[in-house]
Amino acid sequence: MRALLAALLALALVAAPAQAQRASLPDIEDEVMCLECGTALNVSTSEVADQEREFIADLIAQGKSKAEIKAALVDEYGPRVLAEPEDDGFQLAAWAVPVLVAVAALALVILIARRWRREDPPAGDDAASGLGDDDARRLDAELAAFDR
Amino acid sequence: MRARVYWPVTIAAALLVGLLAYGLTTTGSDTTLDDAMARGERVEPPSRDALPALGSDATGTLADYEGKVVLVNIWASWCPPCVDELPLIERTHEMLRKRGGTVLGINVKENSKAALDAVDKFGLTFPNLRDRDGSFVREWGQSGYPENFVIDRQGRVAAVRRFPVTQEWLDKTLPPLLDEPA
Repeated sequence: MRALLAALLALALVAAPAQAQRASLPDIEDEVMCLECGTALNVSTSEVADQEREFIADLIAQGKSKAEIKAALVDEYGPRVLAEPEDDGFQLAAWAVPVLVAVAALALVILIARRWRREDPPAGDDAASGLGDDDARRLDAELAAFDR
Repeated sequence: MRARVYWPVTIAAALLVGLLAYGLTTTGSDTTLDDAMARGERVEPPSRDALPALGSDATGTLADYEGKVVLVNIWASWCPPCVDELPLIERTHEMLRKRGGTVLGINVKENSKAALDAVDKFGLTFPNLRDRDGSFVREWGQSGYPENFVIDRQGRVAAVRRFPVTQEWLDKTLPPLLDEPA
């Protein structure tokens, strides 16, 4: 009995990863484009999208893996069927713009941080009061006039 | 400080607007063919790139039909107006074949099994090439489905029909071109 349980457990452990890797339509749909609609397949309702889904479903039924299905999609429809921008021409902007925006945002953060540091008040009584030299002198003059 | 931030922000905004404008101008439909047809001119095809043939490992180009009048039919079985038009296109191919012409189908954005099923279903006998992702027909200024282009015996685009053809349009367009010398 113990040996049987051990064998079943071993079988379950071996089978689990295989089950996890099994391709499914929802898993693939969001990584594939509807070529005519220009949207991801999982949000496309056109007849082109239905035909692409049918193509994927047939390959899933044949037991193909996700990678094999994506390769078959590229073979049938070309590389644009995958939901990732190409690395040439105008499509290159899809890769470059986020990087440039991130660099610009970082530069802005550094600029603002340096500005804040420069504006930190220097140590001293007047600094503690938050007054500049001119204002401090004017305040002293006003107080002296008031005492008189 | 305000002036130091102003220029980088302005330049960045201008770059983004320029990028948007570039994207809009390069992804729109090309009207070169339509403009030429409106002027009554015949022009070289925008693209003669080789495409995979439907149902075989071979490739084909327009150059394979030199000296013939070619009706280039852009179609897909997922497009109902294209399917509606196929019987007329097949009849036209029969007529053209007898007079030194052919229909050349360009099947667009469709897997080969679905396309071949349609070929069988409608008994299509004309040759078909596959434009897998639509990049070929985009160069021809494609703006919808189906579309038809007539190539004369000198290999120039002589007529363009965006959306379905009619028997009347075919009768008016093809015979004069078939009568021209090669």
